[in-house]
Amino acid sequence: MLVLALDTATPTLLAGVARRSADGAVEVLAERAVPSGTRHAELLTPAIRDVLAEAGATLGDIGAVVTGLGPGPFTGLRVGIVTAAAIADARGLPVVGVCSLDAVGDGARTVVTDARRKEVYWAAYDASGARVQGPDVVRPEGAELPGPFVGDPAFAARLGAPVEAAEVTTTGLLRAAAGQLDDPAAAAPLVPLYLRRPDATPPTSFKPVTTS
Amino acid sequence: MTEPLVLGFETSCDETGVGLVRGRTLLSDALATSMAEHERFGGVVPEIASRAHLEAMVPTVHRALAEAGVQASDVDAVAVTAGPGLTGALLVGLAAAKAYALALDVPLYGVNHLAAHVAVDELQHGALEEPSMALLVSGGHSSLLLVPDLSRDVVSLGRTVDDAAGEAFDKVARVLGMPFPGGPPIDRAAREGDGSAIAFPRGLTGPRDAPYDFSFSGLKTAVARWVEARERAGEPVPVADVAASFQEAVADVLTAKAVRACRDHGVDHLVLGGGVAANSRLRALAEERCAAAGIVLRVPSPRLCTDNGAMVAALGSRLVAAGVAPSAPDLGADSSLPIDVVRP
Ligand SMILES: [Zn+2]
Repeated sequence: MLVLALDTATPTLLAGVARRSADGAVEVLAERAVPSGTRHAELLTPAIRDVLAEAGATLGDIGAVVTGLGPGPFTGLRVGIVTAAAIADARGLPVVGVCSLDAVGDGARTVVTDARRKEVYWAAYDASGARVQGPDVVRPEGAELPGPFVGDPAFAARLGAPVEAAEVTTTGLLRAAAGQLDDPAAAAPLVPLYLRRPDATPPTSFKPVTTS
Repeated sequence: MTEPLVLGFETSCDETGVGLVRGRTLLSDALATSMAEHERFGGVVPEIASRAHLEAMVPTVHRALAEAGVQASDVDAVAVTAGPGLTGALLVGLAAAKAYALALDVPLYGVNHLAAHVAVDELQHGALEEPSMALLVSGGHSSLLLVPDLSRDVVSLGRTVDDAAGEAFDKVARVLGMPFPGGPPIDRAAREGDGSAIAFPRGLTGPRDAPYDFSFSGLKTAVARWVEARERAGEPVPVADVAASFQEAVADVLTAKAVRACRDHGVDHLVLGGGVAANSRLRALAEERCAAAGIVLRVPSPRLCTDNGAMVAALGSRLVAAGVAPSAPDLGADSSLPIDVVRP
């Protein structure tokens, strides 16, 4: 079965097409990692066209869609999730969401990505690759996160430890989605991992408009 | 040959709108709103609106298809609001529309939200007379537009220099202890009041002021001062008269400027749009003044005046019929998209 994989949880958008065998083996046919910053909505559908063309496939050949659910900056994160949901809906395909951090690196590690506001999103994994802590959001200084770190090397100084550069990959997304792809009926609904409440506090009292 | 079926997406503010239009026929207009979640904040919170758009998107598409009795595979083109609006909110609809267009292998038309407010009237009153004048008033916009060709050429004559008209309604409602959004409760209270009871100021109506621009900030402050002075003096506030007099000031300025713009530009058709166009006094005064000036007034039903997906589909349908090229594959959202860009 061919799988379309998408992620927009970080400033690098990812689109990939992979063949997944019945035994779970994954062969990536095409992949684009585009450093698109805040332009995910502009560049994601063109990237999907590109990977389909490179894989010699059309959406008609795709059997399932996998998307990262974050955590990540909200505005960009939603672009990938709604794109995956819409493509799957229009083509009548199953769609599977996974924690984006699960798709970064492999083995025993702690994944850190930029959460802005001087914080990191993080999750820790054991030697079998299973997530044992997180995902969560924290200020890196003094957080005493377990190493070794992979993800965004810009946080090395603030973590006081090296961070091996790694990003979300098609292979990582399919690995994280394996259980749900084997049983799409059991796939969880696509709920973004926001980890933060919306930035809005109800005013406790309204001041008179004319108070100067 | 049947006319093309166009699927329209609107997410510029708090309404998730998905509509289907065939030619100039409205087939469905599905809407989800996060308004109730914004009420306690006294205004639309962008992040809350964006989260709600994501949750509502696919279910709202399903409702639009079911109401229209069509399949997604029947869709011939997709249209989407590309701006102006709240960036985070716009991006949910834009990404969804691009994905549906890709998956259904049909062209995608990004459209200007303001032009869509004008186009929606064609679903109820037939082809737009061109040139027309358009007065669009809502919580997000207050614009006076000259429309020589809605598919290609729209000119901004005037806009608010401070608050949108709808914002003024929200703020005055708050002063009078009414709920958000302020439009409907002020309209209701005003029916029991006298619009000439209090002479509130008419902004930007002096001889040297920009003839087509609006200002509602001074009016809002004047209402607040008037009410606070009453309260300080321990006197009761005549809520109905305040509401009616405020509403009269807004309707007076809007209609006077719109009629003047028609006269100055030799245009004899005026279209109203936006949520504030649902205000009963604005509608009545516009009818009265247009009739006196020999102008044909076109006002969509209140449901189509507020933001919805059908208005986007209506403009998309018009662009298809006019042979306008679809948007580029790297179409993005533009929170301050200028009105002269009808199809970014
Ligand atoms: Zn609007």
